[in-house]
Amino acid sequence: MLLSKVLQFVITGVANGAIYALIALGFTLIYNSRQIINFAQGEFVVIGGMAAYTFYVTAHLPLPVALLAAILVVTLLGVAFERFVILPLKNAASISLIIATIGMSIFLRTGAMLIWGKEAMTLPHFFGDKPWNIMGATILPQQIFIIAITLVIVVGMQLFFRLTVTGKAMLAASMNPEAARLMGIRSERMVMYSFAFSAALGAVAGVSIAPLVMMSFGSGAALGIKGFSAAILGGLTNPLGAVLGGLSLGVIESVGAGLISSAFKEAIALIVLLMVLLIKPSGVFGKIGTRRHAR
Amino acid sequence: MRQRIFVLILAVAALALAVAGCKADTSKTGTVTTKEPIKIGAVLSVTGANAPLGDAEKKTLEMEVDKLNKAGGIKGAPVELTIEDDESDASKAVAALNKLLKVDKVVAIIGGTGTTPTMAMKPITAKEKTPQIALVAGNQVTKDDYKWIFRTAHNETYVFKKAIDYLSQTVKVKNLAILHDSNAYGQGGADEIKRIATAMGLPIVATEKYDSTATDVTTQLTTIKGANPDCLIIWGTNPVPAVAVKNMKQLGMTMPVLGSQGIANAKFIELAGAAANGVVFPAGWVLVPNDIPASNPQKPVIDGFVKDYTAKYKAAPNSFAGHAWDAFHILVKAIETVGPDKAKIRGQIEKTTNFVGVDGIFQYSATNHDGLDREDLVIIKIENGKWVLGSQ
Repeated sequence: MLLSKVLQFVITGVANGAIYALIALGFTLIYNSRQIINFAQGEFVVIGGMAAYTFYVTAHLPLPVALLAAILVVTLLGVAFERFVILPLKNAASISLIIATIGMSIFLRTGAMLIWGKEAMTLPHFFGDKPWNIMGATILPQQIFIIAITLVIVVGMQLFFRLTVTGKAMLAASMNPEAARLMGIRSERMVMYSFAFSAALGAVAGVSIAPLVMMSFGSGAALGIKGFSAAILGGLTNPLGAVLGGLSLGVIESVGAGLISSAFKEAIALIVLLMVLLIKPSGVFGKIGTRRHAR
Repeated sequence: MRQRIFVLILAVAALALAVAGCKADTSKTGTVTTKEPIKIGAVLSVTGANAPLGDAEKKTLEMEVDKLNKAGGIKGAPVELTIEDDESDASKAVAALNKLLKVDKVVAIIGGTGTTPTMAMKPITAKEKTPQIALVAGNQVTKDDYKWIFRTAHNETYVFKKAIDYLSQTVKVKNLAILHDSNAYGQGGADEIKRIATAMGLPIVATEKYDSTATDVTTQLTTIKGANPDCLIIWGTNPVPAVAVKNMKQLGMTMPVLGSQGIANAKFIELAGAAANGVVFPAGWVLVPNDIPASNPQKPVIDGFVKDYTAKYKAAPNSFAGHAWDAFHILVKAIETVGPDKAKIRGQIEKTTNFVGVDGIFQYSATNHDGLDREDLVIIKIENGKWVLGSQ
């Protein structure tokens, strides 16, 4: 009994951790391109989920079409955000940009409330909700899907940044925008790409978790904090680190809450976060981030 | 520079005048008869965490005040209702209340929507000697110093007694587990459930909590599953209880589930889907209008309210809408009898007996500002995504 209980805690932790990881990836993308934390990331996630709800439930589109449409809408939102808010502030200090993202998150949250109302919404499970049994513990197909999509995205990102010209240009522009510009890379456009990508990632996270998580206009803050913690844990610059950060956060939280007390569930994540910031501010998996210090 | 500031001040002054002008205009157009309007204030959580509750309450009040004024108001005097939004925040509720008392000079207050804002407003209405009718269940509201405050929602203490009675007498469970929100509503509820259940001889075998923003409670449920309880009480408001029943299905937990009034809305059924079936919760008759026996004096009242509300807002009213309906009509009835005088209104509400409302039949007295009792509650069961009468 205890073994299957602990196994369930771990599986739940991995499943939730994959959600945190998926959200954390968006943070790392924008941090890499502009060295800011995008506090509107949680809102991208929520709007992705709610837009999918509208396309699927209200507009009766087939589920895959609805999901893609939602991702597209949020991607455009990310582009608009960069063009109308971040780009005009290109000479501003990081702190001003971060405050601008906080403003954006409030704007998006309120906008979402006006568009979708105040109630929570959910989507059907993509592959049914019949749980799989693993030695007495259970996992849902949707959770496996989230883990899989997280892995696909992180591998895809690695390949993209290493093998494609655009990916390399984005990387170069993020490491040294001036030098990149001298090499003929349009650094500003690269920043726009990273906002588009990060918004799209947020939306992918949103539509994937909507069947499990009830989304309402205010859900973004809590999801954003979890993703942010995972990103910090992973070192903020490293997508692979963000995934590992998310998974560890999920497992620590679930096992801690299960074995110690559920009263500490939220506290455990924050304690881990504080400890990482105190002991190793660059994040547990943040070694790759040091290369940017040359700048 | 100085000139610019002067211009700015002028502009602000002009704006202020324009706004004041608008205000004067609206109150004039609102006055159908020559009589002085009677001013009532409401502080509701129209936005924020309690928005689904406050929204329904606001809609109900707007609908009812409209109807009343079209029918000639209170003895020819129109009712001017000012609704303020506290954004589910106690400090904003206090600010809104002060505005209603000092600027609008209302004679009575309806609200708040949540227990926390209500408790923040309670000492102020008492100090200002203004009658307040709260729409909340938290038992502390009518516990101490309740001279100026009344409520229309069912006091949670009766709700728990009703629920535990049902579990031990009808379902015949031998023990229970609690999963609750860690906020004031969930924690307060869990403590009270524990006290009452233990007193009624039902042991609690597991208690787990979750954060209001939780997206998964599988961990807590796994622990509860290990304790093997006969039934589970989930105490919290949407959306986490919907997550919880879905998680239970995933873990293969089939014990009966009893929820709070926080799930007494169609949204819970939509969010939880098939997992909602079988869940029971205590609530008023308003949720099952078709099951009300013809002999019940509440039937015409509820039927009328449900018809009006559904016609106007294209959705059936929830329990919270009913709380607002009752508060409004109890207040109007008191003003009708004694006129717009704060102290007299308070005294008259206290004398209200046999008032047939949406939530039940109100019997206020000097020592009872709850008005309702557990007889006014029923157990509602979710079957095939619909509410049906589970037990009376």
